[in-house]
Amino acid sequence: MKIAIIQFGGTNCDMDVLHVLKDVVGVDAETVWYKEESLTGFDGVVVPGGFSYGDYLRAGAIAARTPIMDSVKKIAAEGKPVLGICNGFQILTEARLLEGALTTNEYPKFRCHWTNLRVETANTPFTSKFRKGEVIRLPIAHMEGKFYAEEPTLAELDENEQVVFRYVDEKGRATDKANPNGSLENIAGIVNTSRNILGLMPHPERASESILGSDDGRRVFESMADYITENF
Amino acid sequence: MQYQATVTIEQKAGMLDPEGTTAKRALGHLGYAVESVKTAKLYELVLEAESAEVAKQKVDEMCQKLIANPIIHNYTIELKELK
Repeated sequence: MKIAIIQFGGTNCDMDVLHVLKDVVGVDAETVWYKEESLTGFDGVVVPGGFSYGDYLRAGAIAARTPIMDSVKKIAAEGKPVLGICNGFQILTEARLLEGALTTNEYPKFRCHWTNLRVETANTPFTSKFRKGEVIRLPIAHMEGKFYAEEPTLAELDENEQVVFRYVDEKGRATDKANPNGSLENIAGIVNTSRNILGLMPHPERASESILGSDDGRRVFESMADYITENF
Repeated sequence: MQYQATVTIEQKAGMLDPEGTTAKRALGHLGYAVESVKTAKLYELVLEAESAEVAKQKVDEMCQKLIANPIIHNYTIELKELK
């Protein structure tokens, strides 16, 4: 098994993801520069966080239109797991691999702190190691993290159980106060209809070892690795 | 022919404009009563095309593919003939 971690100009969470995959989870992973056009030999992809191309135009807009994204689309079409974290989530929505859009936080400020998240479904390749309804802790660090989609899309996301994580308070309630960016319906992460593409604003790689304050994020990568082992 | 296209990108109606809201609040602190503040992004493009119609069509394509995100934005295109 080998997982590709895509690097664009301005990506800055790539080495953290590489460390977690190789040293914490113990699977083979490699960074891939965006100019590489092929992802042959890889069984999964992580699009990590950062500020690709300075987030000019809109966060993720330019990265989404680079040739390597065609290879990411190909991998996704093969049913292999694709995980987009923070800027990676923005890139996946801009590439139309995921529904909706990420836009400026309701209070237009960079927010960087811990959040509580409720796991809405364990039925994805990224959350099989969680329990539905479980409250976990992952940090956020973003200015354009407000999830937005029009009403019919939101209803479809709910209906198909595509919402994977919601911002909640410590008791697991999706309140306005627990919502750090004004995301509609407190949405922090969604999957596509085939469930093999996950985008989330919080950073699981920054919470994969208990010394960092939480190791809840590790299970996202472990679930992904298990899924690859079982299916590819 | 050479044309200059001015593209204005705005948030769709009903979407919050946090930068506009913040500017309005700050203007209030300075003693200005402003009913509302709306922000927009402006792109000015210069391009060659055989006619104004073709130029507008090209710019519209650019907006759909990159400059705007149709999920959250509306945009307008104004065209001016340069030479």
